[in-house]
Amino acid sequence: MMKCEQMESQFIGYLDGRVTVRERREVEEHLASCASCRARVEGVRGVWKVLEETPAPEPSAWFDARLRQRIGEEPAPGLWTRMAGWLPQPRLALASVALVAVGFWAAAVTRPQIQLRAANPAVMSEDQNFQMIKNMQVLENYDVLKDLTAPNGLQGD
Amino acid sequence: MVRSDVQLMLGVKQGDEVSFELLLQRYRRPLCHFLNRMVRDAGQAEDLAQEVFLRVYRARREYEPSAKFTTWLFRIATNLALNALRDGRHRQAEIPLNGGAEGEDGSEMPLEVADGAPAAEQQLVERERAAVVRRAIQALPEKQRAAVLLHKYQELDYEEIARILGCTVSALKSQLFRAYETLRVELAPLAAPERTGPSRGGNREGMT
Repeated sequence: MMKCEQMESQFIGYLDGRVTVRERREVEEHLASCASCRARVEGVRGVWKVLEETPAPEPSAWFDARLRQRIGEEPAPGLWTRMAGWLPQPRLALASVALVAVGFWAAAVTRPQIQLRAANPAVMSEDQNFQMIKNMQVLENYDVLKDLTAPNGLQGD
Repeated sequence: MVRSDVQLMLGVKQGDEVSFELLLQRYRRPLCHFLNRMVRDAGQAEDLAQEVFLRVYRARREYEPSAKFTTWLFRIATNLALNALRDGRHRQAEIPLNGGAEGEDGSEMPLEVADGAPAAEQQLVERERAAVVRRAIQALPEKQRAAVLLHKYQELDYEEIARILGCTVSALKSQLFRAYETLRVELAPLAAPERTGPSRGGNREGMT
């Protein structure tokens, strides 16, 4: 009886022909000596034949048309979904979004540092350079000095 | 060259409608047959089969070929069928049962057998026989029923079926043998003893 229970899990594989040679021999040896299991296995084989001979209803003629209609009723994918579709993998899309977010964060965090560094005369932005050149022109323009003296002259008048 | 399921699905992912059409042609019949035997109502089975394709279509952009396509497809189908059966039970609990087991839920929908046209009497006998088999299959516990259908009609590997049903291969084999034994008792009048010896007994359905 114990042997029957142990063998039971092998019966399906045996009937399917999906067992090793050794397993098959084991089952056959057991079936040769156990009339009860032999009847069970043969009974299952007979049921298989009945099942295989029984057809199922065919899909209706309008199956595809209805499916197409249902697909047509699907809402169009949103921008994000479409963007995910352009990229080879959704994970990549997520990574891109994450990268942009990190970029914004980094810009926000480092902005004060940039301002601090710009205060250092050794490091100047283009705007500051332009401002400096403008200032130098002013300094080189001696008319400025005249302009500066003029009010004094006026004062002297 | 015939394109594999995975190749077709990757085509669908890229927006290729022809690939979807080919998958539909390949799996329309097997899915309809599977669902027809899982649930009682033929109309509901067809709705569910459409729902499976719709879900495949919706999930196309996220599709990754990590498992066999059939495992994914029949897992969706099995889950939908089990949910529908559960919902049906809830609805039935609300409606007083009048004792009539047949016909009221459309279970005995006429079979549209494509080939041949046997004599009317023969057709009637076959229809009755099919109805008996159908009732016996539907009397099985739901997971055993799914296991039998995936094994006998779809010929999926034990590993695939076990993955679909969320059990181990050895548990699946035991369940299968028990299910077939139940059917053996139920269908004894229809079954005739056969010769001994292993046979694949293949009857994979419907890939046209």
